[in-house]
Amino acid sequence: MAKQEDPKAPESVPKNGNGEKHGLRRRDFVKLVGGTGVAATAQVLAGHKLAAAATTVPEELVGSGKVIGPGPVPMTLRINGEAKKVTLEPRVTLLDALRNHLDLTGAKKVCDRGTCGACTIIVNGKPTYSCSVLAIEVADRDGKPGADIRTIEGLTPEGKLHPVSAAFVENDAQQCGFCTPGFVMSCKAYLDTHHNPTIEEVKQALGGNLCRCGTYMGVRNAVVQAAMSTKGGRA
Amino acid sequence: MADYHWPPTDKCKLIGRRISRLDGPWKSSGRIKYSYDVNRPNMLHAKMVFSPYAHAKVVSIDTSAAEKMPGVKAVEIMTEPGKEVFWEGHEVAAVAAETEEQARDAARRIQVQYEKLPHLVSDVNPSKAGEHTKQLAEQTDGNPDQAFQQAEVVSEGEYGVPVITHCCLEAHGQVAEWDGDNLTIYASTQNVSGMPGELVRAKIADSADKVRVLTPVMGGGFGSKFGADTWGLACARLARKAGRPVKLMLERDQELMAAGARPSMYAKVKVGAKKDGTLVGWQSESWGTGGPDAQGGAPSLPYVVRIPDRRVRHTTVLTNIGPARAWRAPNHPQMCLITMSALDDLAAKVGMDPVEMLQKNIQMTGQLSKTYSAELEKAAELMDWKKKWHPRGDKTPGTIKKGLGVSIHTWGGAGHASNCNCVIQPDGSVSSSLGSQDLGTGTRTVIGIITAETMGLPLEAVKVNIGDSKYPADGASGGSTTVGGVSSSTRRAATAALNQLLERVAPSLNAKPEELEAADGQIRVKGNPSRAISWKQACAKLGTTPITGVGQRQRGNDDLLSSGVGGAQMAEVSVDTETGQVHVDKLVAAQDCGLIIDLKTAESQVYGACIMGITYSLFEHKIMDEQTGRCLNADMEFYKLAGIGDFGEIVVHMMTGNGFDERGVIGLGEPPVISPGAAISNAVANAIGVRVPTLPLTPDKVLSALEKGAVA
Repeated sequence: MAKQEDPKAPESVPKNGNGEKHGLRRRDFVKLVGGTGVAATAQVLAGHKLAAAATTVPEELVGSGKVIGPGPVPMTLRINGEAKKVTLEPRVTLLDALRNHLDLTGAKKVCDRGTCGACTIIVNGKPTYSCSVLAIEVADRDGKPGADIRTIEGLTPEGKLHPVSAAFVENDAQQCGFCTPGFVMSCKAYLDTHHNPTIEEVKQALGGNLCRCGTYMGVRNAVVQAAMSTKGGRA
Repeated sequence: MADYHWPPTDKCKLIGRRISRLDGPWKSSGRIKYSYDVNRPNMLHAKMVFSPYAHAKVVSIDTSAAEKMPGVKAVEIMTEPGKEVFWEGHEVAAVAAETEEQARDAARRIQVQYEKLPHLVSDVNPSKAGEHTKQLAEQTDGNPDQAFQQAEVVSEGEYGVPVITHCCLEAHGQVAEWDGDNLTIYASTQNVSGMPGELVRAKIADSADKVRVLTPVMGGGFGSKFGADTWGLACARLARKAGRPVKLMLERDQELMAAGARPSMYAKVKVGAKKDGTLVGWQSESWGTGGPDAQGGAPSLPYVVRIPDRRVRHTTVLTNIGPARAWRAPNHPQMCLITMSALDDLAAKVGMDPVEMLQKNIQMTGQLSKTYSAELEKAAELMDWKKKWHPRGDKTPGTIKKGLGVSIHTWGGAGHASNCNCVIQPDGSVSSSLGSQDLGTGTRTVIGIITAETMGLPLEAVKVNIGDSKYPADGASGGSTTVGGVSSSTRRAATAALNQLLERVAPSLNAKPEELEAADGQIRVKGNPSRAISWKQACAKLGTTPITGVGQRQRGNDDLLSSGVGGAQMAEVSVDTETGQVHVDKLVAAQDCGLIIDLKTAESQVYGACIMGITYSLFEHKIMDEQTGRCLNADMEFYKLAGIGDFGEIVVHMMTGNGFDERGVIGLGEPPVISPGAAISNAVANAIGVRVPTLPLTPDKVLSALEKGAVA
């Protein structure tokens, strides 16, 4: 069932059934042991190069049902209020899950290691670098719903502009535009909790997003304008 | 008949106003698809294998293990055994697989044997480079020896700018998809119209009309995305082998190592003046690297201020730092830093305000001297220069020292070859189509503004079609040539289309076509607005056949455009003499570019250039390890870009009105990125009393300069 919803599921999957160790020996994946290993391994996977330093699944866990992966596993992600079923290897980042498997490409892949902010989305209300989170970390687990994931596509229906996006247009806070969705999401998350920021505060708040074209002057003004235009709706 | 010449700016409804970019909503809603975002049905992902060595010969490549990896569908050798690789990150092979992760796994299984060869990744000392140098140019004008004898003050110094990279946020790459013999490439490119021919020359496709290049938007190029590149060819080959679409985008480390290195430039300069500041002589020995094959050419020194008696010599150093590619205003930021730093040091030695020294010698800037003079005055006013400036070395107590610096620059910016078809449909809709591309500069918006202005319609009433090689051919977007080219061809095409409409409508208004004008959504008799019909009614008279107006940028002189701009910038900095940190408090830019089509996106170009300038002045340097030949900062944590809070205020003033508007359209992308390095370096020297000789002005170099200054 899950497979039908994920047209990108790999056709060729290493076997990892009962006791077939060859599918689980030392290889280029980060082990994910039950639910407990997830948080600890997330940082390791943030850089794909580091992921090459794979660990060995302890013998006693092989086939015990406590190991997820390394092949694709079905999971449910709660994105923009909808439950999305995907089948992914546990090492797939949330960013790659969104972009490669769900065609949600607003979040951009630039540095892929938590520096530039182009992949910023909102997870449980917080601005989050989606390149530095594994999809499985935020998926449904043990019958409990996973994290509330909001991407830029979920801000408004297609054809409508969110006030933050509109402020970016009005203040020309974008040139090539590749960093822009990340900025918009950082800005949205920030304004949800800070209703009346000064320019100095904006400089701090958006310090985790980088732009190469140099649109920061427009961004500074856009954030202040967006704060003013969204405050009414909130009050 | 409507006249194709630009209307007077006071009559314009759209041209010269502040208008939001047309693709802004697509971008800020995250919905537009960049090349990196294209997901075609059944698409494979490809990853490359690249050289870990700065210089090596590929001995053998074994792809057999990779081919057996899960999901792998095709493998492509990019550097055949026996051939050499010339920098770390040089492409060797590529593999396409079902998922990105599988492609990455498989790429690691490709076994490449190299024979390491000697490398050189240091460009700072040509005398140590031995055979890896080539003298490019030596020239003497006038009599420099005599000039220096007559000089009353002589200043000598060494200045330089290292290799930096482009760091486009959208990495280089593309999606390639075959349908029989027809190839579609979703490319992140600055050259939509030129790419099909390149693929034919590379024998990927058998004719250019079977290749379609699509680039609706692209995530930054800055001069590094003109060609299809080896990865473009490999991507198309992988797609053909696999019989499926393939996406191949560079990963960030490779983007920084292999997708563009701006040539470095260093110089030992001697410059002389009279006591009153009149410049009399220049002598420079310069060097730099343009990669292993000496790209980039020789500089023209001194920059802008043409001191008549001069002797210059330039040596190129052949290095394995990376592939030289054009970087926004090729060579100009480097020449500007060297010249303006030397003049600033000389002014300090003469005991003169550097702005006064530039004004005193302004005739040496040639035909733009009046423009420079006006821009220096305007910038000084916006900086409050006269009040804030102090002689070299901030003598106020405390560890934070403040200073001011100035620089001027120039660029050509003549429009490139451009063709436009403008179509008026019987239903009243209007579209302009060009095989151009919008790099984020506002090209799409400029075309829309000119079309709408010509037709007397609101901007929303016209459609702009660009970013597709099926449209009329247009030049590559580089060297600030796009806005001039597309403005001319669009204006001519729109006027030609409108004139056909006026001819068709004239009888019904009992007027001759030449008595008619298009304005306010109507076709009407000039001077008699009551004799009018609406745009829709007018177009309805076309029956079933649309009108096409064809426009071409005129060869040679085109009276809709021009070339040659000036520009003056002033920086104010604070330097922490305990930590060596430099903060740009304020940067002022006074910039001309002829007739401005969209003031909002034009100002954005200048703001952006200033920020990019602050970034290369303070942070950017492709740092190489001399022993291993490797790049030490091929990631965005250590290849630093300025963030939103890393600088203070930026003030932009566009020079418009008499003397500027009537020149026609001139490019703007390059010029404002030229001066920040010199202006900021000069401001730091003014603050701390000593010169930090090379960019970037990092804390270690500032502290070292302070230490040397204290000893001297």
